[in-house]
Amino acid sequence: MSLFYEDQRIGDTKALGAHTFTREGIIAFAVLYDPQPFHLSEEGGKASIYGSLIASGWHTASICMRLMIDGRDRARAARAALGEVLPQLGVSPGFRDMRWPAPVRAGDTIAYSSRVETVRETKRPQWGLVTARNIGVNQHGAEVFAFTSIVLWERRAG
Amino acid sequence: MDLLYFEDFTPGEIVQYGDIEVTGGRIKAFAEQFDPQPFHLDETAARDTMAGGLIASGWHTAGMLMRMNCDNFLNRSAAQGAPGIAEVNWLKPVRPGDRLSVRRTTVSARPSASRPELGIVDFTFEVLNQLGEATMTQKNVILFSRRPAGEGAAR
Repeated sequence: MSLFYEDQRIGDTKALGAHTFTREGIIAFAVLYDPQPFHLSEEGGKASIYGSLIASGWHTASICMRLMIDGRDRARAARAALGEVLPQLGVSPGFRDMRWPAPVRAGDTIAYSSRVETVRETKRPQWGLVTARNIGVNQHGAEVFAFTSIVLWERRAG
Repeated sequence: MDLLYFEDFTPGEIVQYGDIEVTGGRIKAFAEQFDPQPFHLDETAARDTMAGGLIASGWHTAGMLMRMNCDNFLNRSAAQGAPGIAEVNWLKPVRPGDRLSVRRTTVSARPSASRPELGIVDFTFEVLNQLGEATMTQKNVILFSRRPAGEGAAR
């Protein structure tokens, strides 16, 4: 995997891994960050338009973040083992167009992937900006999650 | 308790609510589970990064906004979830000791064309720190049930 800004190519797609959402995990997230009835109990889900307990959309998003970081850390470790110089980690100024087109229910396994959409240089010579469309698909092939990330990547010293 | 329905959200209305004190422990606990980067995990390691010190994951700040929204209006409303988030901007770092609140602006409100029992309300949320600075902004719609015939207005 490519680690500097210059290595990011529009259209490059990578699998980020999959996560199975459990009833316990869904509720534990909701208690802290999204305590709406349809995220807290089966009964609350049944009384909602969703018909069952569903995961907070922020939980679905946070798992995606975790898988992104894990993938990047594995790639960094592999490069470091070869003695390569690693770029500094860049931060993100935000994101765009997050969608939750279908619910995530207990027992669902969501496979995430990421596709580079745009790359551009910034006013700061050390950093380039990369946007990627990241999606999550459930075990039935239905897209349940998508968003466009915006992340700074360090440029190779020129 | 009277619920807030679609009809209770008026375009142009601005309200402020919430009070969460951010701690290093909470920042690290969120990061260990969802965003294990050095500037979210460890004060010493964070000093050597762009962040210059421990900062909350932006996803954690989004979660704290969601929590303040639940505690201060969503859980006494007929909210039926949200289809997505148009945009989030992380403007300033959130650090240990910060106290966060929310300024909510109702941008627009319209009945759902496809589901007549629902209305769609468009909001802008700003997560403010103790200095009144916006650390994060978020724009999204939320679905609410329409007030059943015969029920009076909440508030």
